[in-house]
Amino acid sequence: MTVEKIFNSMSYGPAPESIVEATDWLESHKRIFKLFIDGKWVRGNGKPFQSCDPVTGDVLAKISQASKGDVDKAVKAATNASTSWRALSGFQRAKYLYALARLVQKHARVLAVLETMDNGKPIRESRDIDIPLVARHFYYHAGWASMLADEFPNYEPHGVVGQIIPWNFPLLMLAWKIAPALAAGNTVVLKPAEQTPLTALYFTELSIKVGLPAGVVNIITGNSKTGQALVAHGGVDKLAFTGSTEVGKYIRKQTAGSGKELTLELGGKSPFIVFADADLDSAVEGVVNAIWFNQGEVCCAGSRLLVAESIAGKFYKKLRARMDKLRVGNPLDKAIDIGSLVDEAQKKRVQSLINEGRKEGGVVYQSKSKLPKGGCFVPATLITCVEPSSKLAQEEIFGPVLAAMTFRTPDEAISLANNTRYGLAASIWSENINTALDIAARVKAGIVWVNSTNQMDAACGFGGYRESGFGREGGREGMLAYLRPKSLAKLKPLTVLKPAKQTIFTTTQNIDRTAKNYVGGKQARPDGGSVMSVISKQGKLIGEVGRGNRKDIRNAVQAAVKQAGWSKSTAHLRAQIIYYIGENLDIRKDEFAQRIKSMTGVSLSKAQAEVAMSVERLFYYAGFADKFDGAVHNPPVRDIAIAMNEPLGVLGIVAPQDMPLLGLISLMAPAMAVGNRTVIIPSDIYPLAATDFYQVLETSDVPAGVVNIVTGEHDVLTKTLADHEAVNAVWYFGKPGGSKAVEAASIGNVKQIWTHKNKTYHWMSGQGQGRVFMEKASQVKNIWVPYGA
Amino acid sequence: MSGIRNLGMPFDPDLFSDLKMNRSAIERRAKSLGGRRSVKKEWQAAWLLKTITFIDLTTLAGDDTDGRVKRLCAKALRPVKEDVLLSLGAQSLNIHPGAVCVYNNFVGIAVKALAGSGIPVAAVSTGFPAGHTPLAIRLVEIRASVKAGAQEIDIVIERHMVLNENWRALYTMIARCREVCGEAHIKVILGTGELGTLTHVAKASMVAMMAGADFIKTSTGKEGVNATLPVSLVMVRMIRTYFEMTGYKIGYKPAGGISDSKTALQYVILMKEELGNDWLTPDLFRIGASSLLTDIERQLEHCATGRYAAYHHQPLV
Repeated sequence: MTVEKIFNSMSYGPAPESIVEATDWLESHKRIFKLFIDGKWVRGNGKPFQSCDPVTGDVLAKISQASKGDVDKAVKAATNASTSWRALSGFQRAKYLYALARLVQKHARVLAVLETMDNGKPIRESRDIDIPLVARHFYYHAGWASMLADEFPNYEPHGVVGQIIPWNFPLLMLAWKIAPALAAGNTVVLKPAEQTPLTALYFTELSIKVGLPAGVVNIITGNSKTGQALVAHGGVDKLAFTGSTEVGKYIRKQTAGSGKELTLELGGKSPFIVFADADLDSAVEGVVNAIWFNQGEVCCAGSRLLVAESIAGKFYKKLRARMDKLRVGNPLDKAIDIGSLVDEAQKKRVQSLINEGRKEGGVVYQSKSKLPKGGCFVPATLITCVEPSSKLAQEEIFGPVLAAMTFRTPDEAISLANNTRYGLAASIWSENINTALDIAARVKAGIVWVNSTNQMDAACGFGGYRESGFGREGGREGMLAYLRPKSLAKLKPLTVLKPAKQTIFTTTQNIDRTAKNYVGGKQARPDGGSVMSVISKQGKLIGEVGRGNRKDIRNAVQAAVKQAGWSKSTAHLRAQIIYYIGENLDIRKDEFAQRIKSMTGVSLSKAQAEVAMSVERLFYYAGFADKFDGAVHNPPVRDIAIAMNEPLGVLGIVAPQDMPLLGLISLMAPAMAVGNRTVIIPSDIYPLAATDFYQVLETSDVPAGVVNIVTGEHDVLTKTLADHEAVNAVWYFGKPGGSKAVEAASIGNVKQIWTHKNKTYHWMSGQGQGRVFMEKASQVKNIWVPYGA
Repeated sequence: MSGIRNLGMPFDPDLFSDLKMNRSAIERRAKSLGGRRSVKKEWQAAWLLKTITFIDLTTLAGDDTDGRVKRLCAKALRPVKEDVLLSLGAQSLNIHPGAVCVYNNFVGIAVKALAGSGIPVAAVSTGFPAGHTPLAIRLVEIRASVKAGAQEIDIVIERHMVLNENWRALYTMIARCREVCGEAHIKVILGTGELGTLTHVAKASMVAMMAGADFIKTSTGKEGVNATLPVSLVMVRMIRTYFEMTGYKIGYKPAGGISDSKTALQYVILMKEELGNDWLTPDLFRIGASSLLTDIERQLEHCATGRYAAYHHQPLV
């Protein structure tokens, strides 16, 4: 085109990024890549596959497929490297991470180009967002490595960590996984997504350059079979996965009972809420960054637009006008906003969901942007008149498609926002700080952006609520995902306690006491109308308790769900009530000691000690309730980034068989202190301490539904609790062997599960209490609040 | 200038009192703009040539003299070297700046120097740069500039009216000035670096347009902070809002601190992205600058020859 013509049209021209360096690198490997195991490139034993450019369809490289045997080699290499890697000083590990950060910066452009070629995302994003964040992640975690011994004195690394990452932010997800893992002293086996392995392979060369010891990082490419082998491998101590909720559930199920630690960062259907008093033009720009960033292939994409009904028409008009300005096309062009979806399959899926939205009554608007021929391009799409009942409002699309709905009041905005199985992120737009922070506190999401969206930084925790997964990446909370308390390694195996046999058959002289369940603040007769005997060590029948069933659990959960107020109550109030429980228990300490002695056969002094410790523990968590502070993070933007500890919601607890009072209280008290409502299954063989405890609860002003207790057999009741979809988390400390079933059953709604892993906890010692209980009872919500007058 | 001239509208605070500008979000958008668009090669040359036509080639200094103003006008007549234009195939485009902008006292000199060229003279005429002179005197100044042949009048607002949110007074003051301008077009300088908040910038923009401004302009060049992209984003968004409300297209003029091609192109991109191609005309977009022209010339020479050019090879502005 001539200068004159352009002068008159003022059009944009091509602004291609050079691919020379990236191509040279691919050629230097003859476009054939092996696996990186134990510091060496080794041939994979599976059938190689191809990595393609989604725009041209060209084959970029031939990639090795790691077989089961290769996975085994990689895990062995990581295991061998583990001892010396974790033995390094924090500073020594920091130096490697720092060097990686520097190298990523020095190779920033070629990495950005490779990422765009492999994934299809605009070069602007890979250059300005992905790669700088990668470097930032290594810098940030170099710091944690240096500080580890001082900041986490009672923690140690897990050992070998298996990591599986998705194709939407290939190198960034690698950094999110590898940096904290190495900082904490773990060694890594990482599997990149089969669609986008190139930057991970380039990264291995950087790791060679910094002299990372062999086996510390192993990169194995492959498809889902490789992933399955890694998940199943017995040598892996911890798994970290980012990807779809479907696969996350598979991993949870596969690893059930294996003792592997697990963190999952899964899908989302995050709300983008616009109030009438928002800066609407800025909110429109927010939408662009929420759903048309990375073609909408973002787990935390703001894919559900909730707009105040009073301004909806105006807002949609502005939004449509803005959409028409988006340029869709060759992602290697520097002036492109929306690149290509990752592959043909993804494009087809997105298009079919758009069609379904149309069929369901949605009004579809697609930007007037010209689409290039070929490639996996989909224009920016806004679908209005979507109702909560439509598929588009519920399913993660993972494409540039925004489903819009309206609301009338803040309460309705929250109802709509939380009307989802996911809970990853939320974006809230209002110039009223009261409105914005109120919604931030009430939305069920791990990341909340006020008047902003898709803000990410290594200093802030990233991760979801509900079926968006658990565990955090980034921030102090992210480091915890790669560490475990040192004390765990010393725990002895747990043995099952069997009920004594009744040998003495004399009638009791006292008035018959009927222990029921404790549900919604009332003693409730068990549904099944059946009882279990409680037999003393001497073989004497000392009481009977209800044999709870599914319906009793259902009723208890319902009572807990109803008591939502507890989770919003002040920590001071919760503290007062827990103190009061302690006070009232102390008054009846002799009676409880006698009860424990008669059930368990321990000496009176031991029983007294258990009661005394129970009172002490209640006081401990009453005191902790208003001191479990969050944090203010330091991302490199003008922002108050708050990490807030929030309760999980309804927490199911299966109490230990032994220590019938202290075991229950050691779990109940921290759960309550954080603000959870609990459904507790007490010791199956010594349940009378729990049933006696009803009266203590009743006299202590505990609001109905905060504590619910159902007696019965652990195996039977736990199953119902673990697969109940209104239960947010389960702590399993019951009969050994039960962990597997709990973990397997938890996948319905991706519960957070904490189990004893068949180890004996010493409830009488300091091991039975501490911050870790509070952490397990909570989830961190990161709220980003940018400011500027 | 062409198009339908803004007739203004009755003062109506309901149309702007709810406006709220979110600084952080606006800064983020402004920051990302430069990375989102890029013009290379022929496009760069064409865009830079176009940018010259947006320039209000300006001298507003205490040491201005007739000689200085004449030199500026001479440059306006021949802003780009012939050989460069030829080599870019742009000789027929009749490239010249949007206007020459001077103090009231130099309007006559400039008009004479530019006679026959079609390049209008703009005058800053209202107690520039602070506006703290009696309104009657300012109106006299406008009349004098118009009489001397100025086709465009850049007025400054009294910032205290914004800081104290005395919007009606601001409206009245601008409307009076507009009245006195007659056929001459009026550019209203908000002095955004002294308005404190972006919300003030937005409201002042709306009031100025309601009062009949043909252009809204950021700065005098004399404030501590002059044109910035975030402030510009706010002002052009208000122009869009006013257009949607009334159908009038109001011009935008950032001034002060835009001295290199790269920065200038960011403003052009901002206009294209936020307002569209309709605004990419000197009728609706100006950049108040002087040394910018030299930098653009250097870039154009580079486009033409492939060699990086020296400042001293470009005829002085």
